[in-house]
Amino acid sequence: MKTRILIAVAGVLVLAGAAVAYVGFASARSHDVTATGAVRLDPGPRLLFRSTADADRGHVATVSATDPAGPRTVSPLSCARVYAAGGTGLCLRQDGDLTTYQLAVLDAGLAVQRELPLVGLPNRARVSASGRMLAWTVFVTGDSYNGGMFSTRAGILDTATGDLAGTLEDYAVTRDGKPYQAADLNFWGVTFTADDRHFYATMSTAGHRYLVAGDFAAHTVRTLRENVECPSLSPDGTRVAFKSAVDGDPARGWRLSVLDLATAKVTPLAETRSVDDQPAWLDGRTIGYGLPRGPGHADVWSVPADGSGPPRLLIPDAESPAAL
Amino acid sequence: MSRRKLSAVGANVFALGAVSLVTDVSSEMVTAVLPVYLVLGLHLSPAAYGLVDGLYTGATAVLRIAGGYVADRIRRRKVVAGAGYALSAVMKLGLLVAGSSAAAIGAVITLDRAGKGLRTAPRDALITLSAPEPLLGRAFGVHRAMDSVGAFAGPLVALAVLAAVGAANPEAFDAVFVVSFCIAAIGVLLLVLFVRDRRTPKAAGTPVSPRAAAALLRGHGVRRLLVAACVLGLATVGDGFVYLLLQHKEDIATGWFPLLAVGTNLSYLLLAAPLGALADRIGRLPVVLGGYGALALVYLLLAGPVSGWLLFVLALALYGAFYAATDGVLMALAGPLLPESLRTTGISLVQTAQALAYFASSVLFGLAWQFWGADLAIAVAAGGAVVAIATTFAVLRKART
Repeated sequence: MKTRILIAVAGVLVLAGAAVAYVGFASARSHDVTATGAVRLDPGPRLLFRSTADADRGHVATVSATDPAGPRTVSPLSCARVYAAGGTGLCLRQDGDLTTYQLAVLDAGLAVQRELPLVGLPNRARVSASGRMLAWTVFVTGDSYNGGMFSTRAGILDTATGDLAGTLEDYAVTRDGKPYQAADLNFWGVTFTADDRHFYATMSTAGHRYLVAGDFAAHTVRTLRENVECPSLSPDGTRVAFKSAVDGDPARGWRLSVLDLATAKVTPLAETRSVDDQPAWLDGRTIGYGLPRGPGHADVWSVPADGSGPPRLLIPDAESPAAL
Repeated sequence: MSRRKLSAVGANVFALGAVSLVTDVSSEMVTAVLPVYLVLGLHLSPAAYGLVDGLYTGATAVLRIAGGYVADRIRRRKVVAGAGYALSAVMKLGLLVAGSSAAAIGAVITLDRAGKGLRTAPRDALITLSAPEPLLGRAFGVHRAMDSVGAFAGPLVALAVLAAVGAANPEAFDAVFVVSFCIAAIGVLLLVLFVRDRRTPKAAGTPVSPRAAAALLRGHGVRRLLVAACVLGLATVGDGFVYLLLQHKEDIATGWFPLLAVGTNLSYLLLAAPLGALADRIGRLPVVLGGYGALALVYLLLAGPVSGWLLFVLALALYGAFYAATDGVLMALAGPLLPESLRTTGISLVQTAQALAYFASSVLFGLAWQFWGADLAIAVAAGGAVVAIATTFAVLRKART
């Protein structure tokens, strides 16, 4: 017995020591980030993104749109997800400890204008072209009542009036032309039209995922078509870039495509890798998106919106792209 | 409970309890940070996360029975349990290696759950073989209480690691996984050093063969147990639903959601040992039935007029009492009804039947909620719990020990 206790004590000391040493080693490797300049969100030929480089991971940064792989301006602001348009920024970030998050509304100089607590893990962020409307999606883990399925909550804030829809789940839903009610409604990936009132989003219910058109003032959404997720409206408002589950099965990955709203024609893009991101229009002809590369790392790629040409690496060590 | 009575449950039970405690610290650490890691660290979308999460729950039923049978066949329950503990421990490092591939993470999590499936039945069989028969309820109570102390501490340890490393640091999750591995390895070490296997003598009457295992199903006692396990599983609609109904009724902020599970765990932790001891004194069947009575009360509370803090305290206390009165006590009830040579197989059958029924009831309740609305669904669930009490009483009355 005595030998066994000795072995146990020695073993526990070694393992506990290894754990403490690893924690110490990991915390020693975290370092302070020095901002390299003032990041501004005014419209201009720049691309905004979240850095995934080891030196400044999580920090909001910009590069020149004409030299995306060139020098970057890194801000002191850290976000889990970022987007900006029309001089307004949206930063979804950690709020104190690991389990709570908040949404920060940013002005053109990156100053925080307003903070809202988020319940759940931030997942998508969008700002309307004018900078007036903000939308975000959180992933709610506590809600996993539907047996291992996910639950999301999409919210919209009107920065001009202060009107807030914390969740779209209480909107009046029309599915295939008929009023529809269900307990398992989930919304995510909102994108706004130019009038700052209407939007597109993804809705899932009863195992189906729909592209929906919504009206922020009337609090209504109606389904348009199936298997269109994370829509992103083109600058001219005629096309929607989206990701769709290959053969309708998320386990087989996602394919980036563009839907022409007038003709309902769907064009699969030349990117054949699975892209699980809300695409961003970098201009009227180009789609940008983040592609993870190992834990904590990702790159921003771009691909032509008409299905031609190969994808190309746009900004290394970056994600969450937005054209300013 | 006096110290003397506590120690009477046997050193092996305490050793198994300590292994479970340490292992649960390790696994709950990972459970606490996994959603954040998958969604924020690796940018898995909700749908991909749902797939991984689905694997988490449903992957281990067959393996559990196979593991139980092998443990009986080679008459080494400790070896099979140890393999399960070791597999889960190594998979904590697997999370580091899996990187951001959803498929690799799914595989790692499935193997981790496979480890859990493998170890549970041999561990419970060892408990039944380590404590004197009249004290089995107490033995399971002590074990389950120690187990839930670990479950309680796990998320706190994870938060402490994250705070030490800096939660924004990309190494933070790696540190949680490495620490989780080290703690799980301590659990395996304790098992190897301090848990004693009870190698039951080879009984000539009951050989361990597939045929004998199948014959278990033909025995009256085991069939009754399986029926009871299924009925009881069917009466349980799932923690998520109970918490969600509480939230709907009171409209509490979702941020408080995790605290509901904490409340239930606290009640479970405090009541497991006393209710186990009570089961030894007044009989295990009345305590199990009382537990389902507590569950029916929880459902009635969710449908009834009580509201505010009183509702939360009552509902969570009763929900914890339900787990304390049924989880370990059902195993204490099952143990003596199974031949020693096939005890692990029998326990794994009972646990699998209960788990499958539980899975079915969760799906059915989800549909009932969707089509009938929450109020009618919960009223039906309360009725189901009452029917389960009556059925369990009818089938187990004769088999009771």
